[in-house]
Amino acid sequence: MPLTGKNAGDMDHRASPPGPFPLRTRLAALAGRSLARLSRRAGRGSGSVVGGHAILAIDRSALARLAAGRETFLVSGTNGKTTTTKLVAAAVSPTGHVVTNVLGANLPSGLATALASGPRGAPAVLEVDEAWLPRVATQLGPSVMALLNLSRDQLDRNNEVRQVAQRWRQACQEASPSLVVVANADDPLVAWAASGAKRVIWVGAGLRWKADATGCPACGGQVVFAGASDSPLRLEDEPLAGWSCSECGLCRPHLDVLLDWRPGGGHSAIVVHGTRHRLSIGLPGRCNAANAAMALAAVAASGRDAEAALVAMARVRDVAGRYATVKVGRASARLLLAKNPAGWAEVFDMLSPPPAPVVVAINARTADGHDPSWLWDVPFEQLRDRFVVSTGERGLDLAVRLHYAEVPHAYVPGLHQAVEAAANNPGSRAPGGPDPGVIEVVANYTAFHQLLSMTGRRP
Amino acid sequence: MTVALVYPELLGTYGDSGNATVLVQRLRRRGQEARALTVHADQVVPATCELYVVGGGEDLPQELAAAKLRAARPLHRAVEAGSVVLAVCAGLQVLGERFAGPDGRATDGLGILDCVTERTGSPRAIGEILVQPAAEWAGQGLPVLTGFENHGAVTELGPGCRPVGRVIAGVGNHDGTVEGAVAGRVWGTYMHGPVLARNPCLADMLLSWVVGSLGPLDDTEPEALHDERARLGSLERRLGGPVQEASRWARLRRARSGQ
Repeated sequence: MPLTGKNAGDMDHRASPPGPFPLRTRLAALAGRSLARLSRRAGRGSGSVVGGHAILAIDRSALARLAAGRETFLVSGTNGKTTTTKLVAAAVSPTGHVVTNVLGANLPSGLATALASGPRGAPAVLEVDEAWLPRVATQLGPSVMALLNLSRDQLDRNNEVRQVAQRWRQACQEASPSLVVVANADDPLVAWAASGAKRVIWVGAGLRWKADATGCPACGGQVVFAGASDSPLRLEDEPLAGWSCSECGLCRPHLDVLLDWRPGGGHSAIVVHGTRHRLSIGLPGRCNAANAAMALAAVAASGRDAEAALVAMARVRDVAGRYATVKVGRASARLLLAKNPAGWAEVFDMLSPPPAPVVVAINARTADGHDPSWLWDVPFEQLRDRFVVSTGERGLDLAVRLHYAEVPHAYVPGLHQAVEAAANNPGSRAPGGPDPGVIEVVANYTAFHQLLSMTGRRP
Repeated sequence: MTVALVYPELLGTYGDSGNATVLVQRLRRRGQEARALTVHADQVVPATCELYVVGGGEDLPQELAAAKLRAARPLHRAVEAGSVVLAVCAGLQVLGERFAGPDGRATDGLGILDCVTERTGSPRAIGEILVQPAAEWAGQGLPVLTGFENHGAVTELGPGCRPVGRVIAGVGNHDGTVEGAVAGRVWGTYMHGPVLARNPCLADMLLSWVVGSLGPLDDTEPEALHDERARLGSLERRLGGPVQEASRWARLRRARSGQ
């Protein structure tokens, strides 16, 4: 399927001006916006959740009505939702004429607030919680849906990642024929789910964490991955890379878009239907190059120009505080988010080299999942050559993990004190250096938000 | 001493591979030789290891793992030879007589534990769990066990096995009364965490079944974690999440009602 030209142009993202909303929807939106504003003034966060609840309580069909007449992009997956959403939003509307949930409020309440607060008729680029995606997609009727990846996360809520894939597949099968699904072909769970859709753009975005994908989603047989698991996917290897099930033959679909990732930067590229686009983004790591590939494919699927999209995407440097360097007392800290084993698999490469110390903050609130046993699926043994400070509300769980991983560490309950402990640790100073420089702070979801608030950068 | 980690791709969803890490580390730290042997799904499980760790997993992989283990019977032979098995959640169900397969129908287990697991339609048991071990093990110094449970089916024990103990907080096997299934040297439990990371005494008890009595270890952090979870487990279960997240109102209400 061509990404540009006639077919893509048929999608017509320049829709005619929509008629007025029904009275009930207008009332609901007004109430939601007011409540959200009140909540913000009272210092109780962004107010998007409480506002959204009000909207949906007054008008149960608010999501569908507020999205009517808009060109809507949905982004979902276990990791990379917020970044990919930001990249797509930047490319879809470099001037900011776009509706998006930049604060990561990705449940129906947050989506309702975003749609009620944004300009009428503007395109919507929304990240959606993976468990909610099927219901949200039914109501919003998106034109493009980007499916990034699926792996174990918040198992106390999602239970089985395979069940999420099953529900995605059903949603893809039942969606309107005009929906274009942009899917990461390198993730067997995503590929199986997306193959139910009528129109799919397959993206070779890579998959580093494979432990949730070794059982075939179709038959349970063993999925075999070609090539070394950690080696970067190169263009010349492309026909050899991929995966297939040893039992039923399910295999990676033929790619429309390919991320040609070269570590160290400089020459990475995204190949869109044979045309090579040099990739330059302001965000670190392989995973963000993969997010950019997914974003570019989604934007190109809507008929927009790929080069212009890449220029707009390159300007994105800060995603809700991630990768930002902040002052904590006298120390400088770079904030990284990793909330599950797949996220951690990408973070190890981003850390500045040893002996740079690392602070890891772990909570187990509802948004994190109440069960932090996933810490044992992260190869923390890779941090043996540096000093690690464990902190957060479940910092003891992490300390025990580091204890058995033989990583030199200390458990310091307070976030602020933890960063200072890392800065003051003599073992972490670079040879000859007067101070340890920037402390790497890796936090899971709610711990990350606590860090942002603590440093005055309210998300 | 070899600790076999059985089919982590199929039975390893909840960090349960950490149990093997803990067992090996606790022996090595005492100067004894130990190694973890990861047996992948396309490999044959050897019947000659001293200790086996079987973890939790999703429905379809669980059925596949059971089929593989039924065919070659490595665990049957190992258990007959006196090996120790730690089976967690789906692992416990697989070692039983029957369990609920992907579509809910009864699927043959290994029959090593005299228990049957079925889906009854009751809500999934999710949250912190605390268990008072039975007198036999409490008498050997095993304290209250802490874990995190997450299972949709219920397990009924037959006369051939005993529960780990009495549930203090949580659901356990069925209805909040008892947890786990133990027969001989096979320890089946619904506790994730991983269970041995949270309960160092249990790790040492299983190890001592293989190597005899063990010397002391610096357990400051594992014991601190155990004590924190034992202290907060009941409250978190009732609040439905961490204490820090519960509203002031909910905490006040709990305090007033004396819980």
